Amino acid sequence: MEPAEIIQHSGGAIGAAWLMIALPLVGAAVLLLGGRRTDKFGHLLGVLMAVASFVVAALSFAQLLGFAPGERRRGIELYEFIPGLAKVGLLVDPLSISFCLLITFVGSLIHIYSIGYMAHDPNRRRFFAYLNLFVAAMLLLVLADNYVALFVGWEGVGLASYLLIGFWQHKPSAATAAKKAFIVNRVGDFGLLLGIFTIFATFHTLAFSDVLGNASKASSGTLTAIGLLLLVGACGKSAQLPLQSWLLDAMEGPTPVSALIHAATMVTAGVYLIVRSGPIFQGAETAQLVVTIVGVATLLAGAIIGTAKDDIKKALAGSTMSQIGYMVLAAGVGPVGYAFAIAHLITHGFFKADMFLGAGSVMHAMNDEVDMRKYGALRKVMPLTFWTFLIGYLAIIGFPLLSGYFTKDGIIEVAMEHNAILGWLAVIGAGITGFYMSRLVFMTFFGAKRWEPTAHPHESPAVMTVPLIVLSIGAIVLGWFLIMGNRFMTFLAPAVGAPEEMPAFHPFSVPGLATLALVAIGAAYAWMKYGRAEVPAVAPRGSFLTTFARRDLYGDALNEALFMRPGQWLTRLAVFFDNRGVDGLVNGLAAGIGGTSGRLRRVQTGFVRSYALSIFLGAAVLAGAWLVVGNL
Amino acid sequence: MTTHYLVLSALLFAIGGVGVLVRRNAIVVFMCVELMLNACNLAFVTFARQNGNLDGQLIAFFVMIVAAAEVVIGLAIIVTIFRTRRSASVDDASLLKY
Amino acid sequence: MGESITFWVLAVVSVVAALGLVFSRKAVYSALMLGVVMLSLAVLYAVQDAPFLAAVQIIVYTGAVMMLFLFVLMLVGVDSSDSLVETIRGQRFWAIVGGIGFAVLLALGIGNAIVGPTRGLATAVRDGNVPSLAELIFTRHVFAFEVTSALLITAALGAMVLAHRERTEAKPTQKELSRQRFVAFGKTGKNPAPLPGPGTYARHNAIDMPALLPDGSVSPLSVNRYIARYEESRGILPPEVARVLEEEAEQQRANGHGTPTTAERAADGGPDTEPMPEDGVVVGRVVGPRGESGGESRGGSVSEEDGK
Repeated sequence: MEPAEIIQHSGGAIGAAWLMIALPLVGAAVLLLGGRRTDKFGHLLGVLMAVASFVVAALSFAQLLGFAPGERRRGIELYEFIPGLAKVGLLVDPLSISFCLLITFVGSLIHIYSIGYMAHDPNRRRFFAYLNLFVAAMLLLVLADNYVALFVGWEGVGLASYLLIGFWQHKPSAATAAKKAFIVNRVGDFGLLLGIFTIFATFHTLAFSDVLGNASKASSGTLTAIGLLLLVGACGKSAQLPLQSWLLDAMEGPTPVSALIHAATMVTAGVYLIVRSGPIFQGAETAQLVVTIVGVATLLAGAIIGTAKDDIKKALAGSTMSQIGYMVLAAGVGPVGYAFAIAHLITHGFFKADMFLGAGSVMHAMNDEVDMRKYGALRKVMPLTFWTFLIGYLAIIGFPLLSGYFTKDGIIEVAMEHNAILGWLAVIGAGITGFYMSRLVFMTFFGAKRWEPTAHPHESPAVMTVPLIVLSIGAIVLGWFLIMGNRFMTFLAPAVGAPEEMPAFHPFSVPGLATLALVAIGAAYAWMKYGRAEVPAVAPRGSFLTTFARRDLYGDALNEALFMRPGQWLTRLAVFFDNRGVDGLVNGLAAGIGGTSGRLRRVQTGFVRSYALSIFLGAAVLAGAWLVVGNL
Repeated sequence: MTTHYLVLSALLFAIGGVGVLVRRNAIVVFMCVELMLNACNLAFVTFARQNGNLDGQLIAFFVMIVAAAEVVIGLAIIVTIFRTRRSASVDDASLLKY
Repeated sequence: MGESITFWVLAVVSVVAALGLVFSRKAVYSALMLGVVMLSLAVLYAVQDAPFLAAVQIIVYTGAVMMLFLFVLMLVGVDSSDSLVETIRGQRFWAIVGGIGFAVLLALGIGNAIVGPTRGLATAVRDGNVPSLAELIFTRHVFAFEVTSALLITAALGAMVLAHRERTEAKPTQKELSRQRFVAFGKTGKNPAPLPGPGTYARHNAIDMPALLPDGSVSPLSVNRYIARYEESRGILPPEVARVLEEEAEQQRANGHGTPTTAERAADGGPDTEPMPEDGVVVGRVVGPRGESGGESRGGSVSEEDGK
């Protein structure tokens, strides 16, 4: 089934869809420009704007459901950005509205949670301003009806991410992490820009409707090039290999930021880009293959990194990488995987945000301690946090009937049908997920107390726990709701197309059972090592593999060796060349002239007889020349 | 015969030039300059006869006039320098240098 | 034939004189040599049908210019002579190289410039050399002639300006000069009276005779050391003069230095060496008792004698 035509639309909630972007943008502007006068109500205004945005999104969604499935792609013209070249408009269709609901709903919850989490931070107002800025930029990214506006949103979320990672910029590590994220993202953005340029050179337009509708007319080579360039952009934004290195460091930001930007929404923008540009990838098998390989490689790499981290947020970040790898894998498979990719994206947005917020709640209780080796036995002290976290944990490892069970198994089955090797690798990844998530839960909530003497853990206030509860409800039901009966696939079909034959859900297929078995083995092994046994307070040395995983698979070392060192050498070479070459030339010239002059001036002895001698000899030479020339 | 006069003129001129270069007494230097001028005059006079034209003699006459004026001024300068520096050596007046 | 003989004789004379001009150590000899060259050239001019120039050469050059040179020589010290040690490295070598090269090249150059026979001035000079030259000067070259007159006037004025020295204070009167003399006597013991003239008590009025004091002994003040040295070298120094000089030399050695003190030097000054007020240029001290002091830059007659 091909995607439906876009129908121009005005009026109603959809006609006012721009309000979704405008409201948080106004919030950010007021909070940033208003300065300290807005300190008192800044957080409330931020929450209000996010919630208002969610209301608009929900109303638009309701209105969209009112149309027949073939008429659910609604375009809204806003203005002409470059006359005759780029019109800026919004595209409200099942795909974008799904993202809008996720972003505004989870975003609102995290806004609310942040009221409590950031209560003691003197810069809370600025934090909410950045959060609002992020929501606005992210909504622009998903609502844009062309690649230019998408790119504006793309850069906007990059900026917000930079500002929020470095929110505690007094910490050098945070400032460095922010710069790292920004620079690595620039690499991806460069690829995206080149992709957009190539699109324009090929199709002479940047609107989704024109580009994607005519994608089949372009040559497969061009489509491959565009697809790979877009993939580079997606890798940068979604922390896929080989541009994954920034995500783990991005955990320096406040935990709500990690939950919203680096787990639930922004890092999934790459998946959105791939799914949105589906027709391009479907025309380029090589690009699709590369996408799936990147997805599988990242899901394994993220999982392996997650097994070795003692920092609770970094373990979760590895898991995020891994889960986005699943989504990218599904997105690379084609229309049959899109629904699973987006569904997993949405459920992951819930359960991962749930876990990140839970981790934030734990840190809040443990004096911002992030080392899991200093946790332990927290389930009694923080029951609400524990139970919500447990739900998120069960969802992510694919415990039957919870969200992850439906969406991740769907992805594995689709991948298995597409390519058995990729599928089995994804199964192995699921097993590792079972291990490291269990390890995280056991180390944090079970076992013996390994707290610092100063730690006095306590349950977090309601403003933080209520979002956790809401998110965990989503983590329980969403997977079942979206996948059962192919509900989500049908819903998305007008936007991204759908396979002719809807895949049936097999609860007891071979891959499904294998996944369950591997997850159970992983969880049991984790229980043996971290639940039942004593957890040492200091991380043991571990084998070579452990070190390998702890050092992020040597990603940073590789980047340093490949780019930083040569860059430094190049810089030193340039400095050397400038100092010795350019300056040397100039200084040498000056010194040479100075030295020559210093010697030449000795000719000016002041003795008139010397001067007369030179004149006389010159005259003699002239006389000789005269003779020679005269006789020629 | 004319060639002999010219060679004599060249010889005197060169001797005068060497004198200018090797002598340090300003007055002697001046005399050598006069010797060079006289050598030139001899060449002029010789060429006048050679070419059957009085212009050579005429220019020799003007050279004499100019030489007289030059001697007057030059000697006045020497006297002035001597008065202040107590020396007639051209090497002593070598302040204008590097 | 006659011209040839004249030329060869005068050429040799003038070249030798020119070399003498360059290589004689004493400026006066150089001046005389220059005179010889000029006179030779005058004759050569006359031989070459230029009688007017020959006359002008003798009158203007040998007469006026040479006299001017001699006057200036007197002014700056007729006895001044160069040391022949060259101070500028390579100067003499290159000067001689350049001179020889220049002479050869010039001789080759203008020697080869002559093509064809000598035309002679018979056609150019219709009514005598002088009228013909005059005609040229006052017709075709009259402007140049007027300009040279302006040049000569300017030169005369320039010489006056250069030589003139403004007096910045009043000329000392006889009374002031007398007072100065006695102040100097009080301070240094310089004899305020004029030095004894030769022959006051002399048996001869010759300049080489020392004055005798009333007791008949020789007055050291009147001994001209230059002459004394000369006579000593010839072995005709009168014994009393020799004794006086010896005493004086002993006294100087007792003073601890070879050069006479200011007082002594002042005392040595004869009546003819009264310094010209404010003027460093002392004229006419060809023979003076200061010979041995030798402290002044232009040297004394003694050094001139040393050269011989």
